[in-house]
Amino acid sequence: MTADPHGTGQHGVASGGLILPRYERPDGVHPPLNSPEYRSSQLRAPAQPLVPMPQWLTEVTGPLLGAERVTAADSDLTTRHPGEPLGERIIVTGRVLDSGGRPVPDTLVEIWQANSAGRYAHRVDDHPAPLDPNFDGAGRCLTDADGRYRFVTVKPGAYPWRNHLNAWRPAHIHFSLFGRAFTQRLVTQMYFPGDPLFAQDPIFNSVPDPKARERMIARFDLNLTEPDWALGFEWDIVLRGPSATVFETQEDA
Amino acid sequence: MSLPITPSQTVGPFLAIVLPWPDGPFVVPEGTAGAITITGQVFDGAGQPVTDALIETWQADPDSRFDHPDDPRGAARPAAAGFRGFGRCPTDASGQYRIVTLRPGSLPCPAGGTEAPHLDVSVFSRGLLDRVVTRIYFPDQAEANAADPVLSAIGDQARRGTLIASAVPGGEPGQFRFDIRLRGDRETVFFDV
Repeated sequence: MTADPHGTGQHGVASGGLILPRYERPDGVHPPLNSPEYRSSQLRAPAQPLVPMPQWLTEVTGPLLGAERVTAADSDLTTRHPGEPLGERIIVTGRVLDSGGRPVPDTLVEIWQANSAGRYAHRVDDHPAPLDPNFDGAGRCLTDADGRYRFVTVKPGAYPWRNHLNAWRPAHIHFSLFGRAFTQRLVTQMYFPGDPLFAQDPIFNSVPDPKARERMIARFDLNLTEPDWALGFEWDIVLRGPSATVFETQEDA
Repeated sequence: MSLPITPSQTVGPFLAIVLPWPDGPFVVPEGTAGAITITGQVFDGAGQPVTDALIETWQADPDSRFDHPDDPRGAARPAAAGFRGFGRCPTDASGQYRIVTLRPGSLPCPAGGTEAPHLDVSVFSRGLLDRVVTRIYFPDQAEANAADPVLSAIGDQARRGTLIASAVPGGEPGQFRFDIRLRGDRETVFFDV
């Protein structure tokens, strides 16, 4: 394995060549791929160390998926069926930012989740909890100019899985994000505050830093809560950002 | 201002609820002149097909350009109508995916040199707490591949070979196969990007 064949520390500001944004490489934020407590990782996580890769043209660009992927109805998971889904109606909103604090506008956000009984509308989910004919658990939206997304849905239920004896997933909503560069792609899960199931969940706890784990938990907000209608939760998502100095150089160039 | 980033979590077993798109595998519309097909299977460390993965690809167009503002050469309209640069395909019951696209051009490196034609690939699945990233290179580009700085940095020739697609035996021109082995025997090279 080579240590840094590309001079990773330098390639963002090549003299006389292409000047590219350079995305930070955060240490200790993402879960290690080999996390034995999460049993499914044992046969699927690579055994070899990852090979360092430069951030060149393919990596600093990415799909800018636009409005053609989304309809207005896609962000409200409670109104797409003949009746309303059962469960606590919730509003989930927040901003997609990069680590430089800049909003990420016009980026596709895709979510999926279990229904309020903890059952996914998916053929491989055999948890004996009821399906809800008025809930499919799929949502999409684009962030606005301020990087803000907003979904209306119901609070997902916890559910058992077979990772270990009496294993239960805390309530969560899956999020998929693109940002503007291949380097920024992120799939994660949003959790709810105060969930008693955190302590026994190997997926939540696969993130080594407790402070980083906290960043996956939404905040209940009474100001976002709409009277007589829905509870409000706020959750900001922060993607890897380009180094500010490199961006300034690029603008000067 | 510096904000700490949000950690990754696994895509889990139920990604098919929203992530697959009907047109996902078609980086260009079906029937586009010069279109190529890349098919392959994803395998786990026991050699079993991974039937609940999602493959995503991202690449330059045949003219080596990106329709993207961060390309310092300028954003370029795609070389072919409907070319999206991005492909997305879930694996099926046999662990197989398929991407229909155009051959990417080669790319200039920031400090000189040239990257051989390639696709960047993300693999998501249950059991992967973060995506894994690999690259697809082409078997008929031996000279360009030999000069590619990313490939050349991988010392072990057998490992390097895991990044090069193969021509489908007896297949039409433009039919390629690229299997992905997540772990163990002939494990695919994955990158820290």
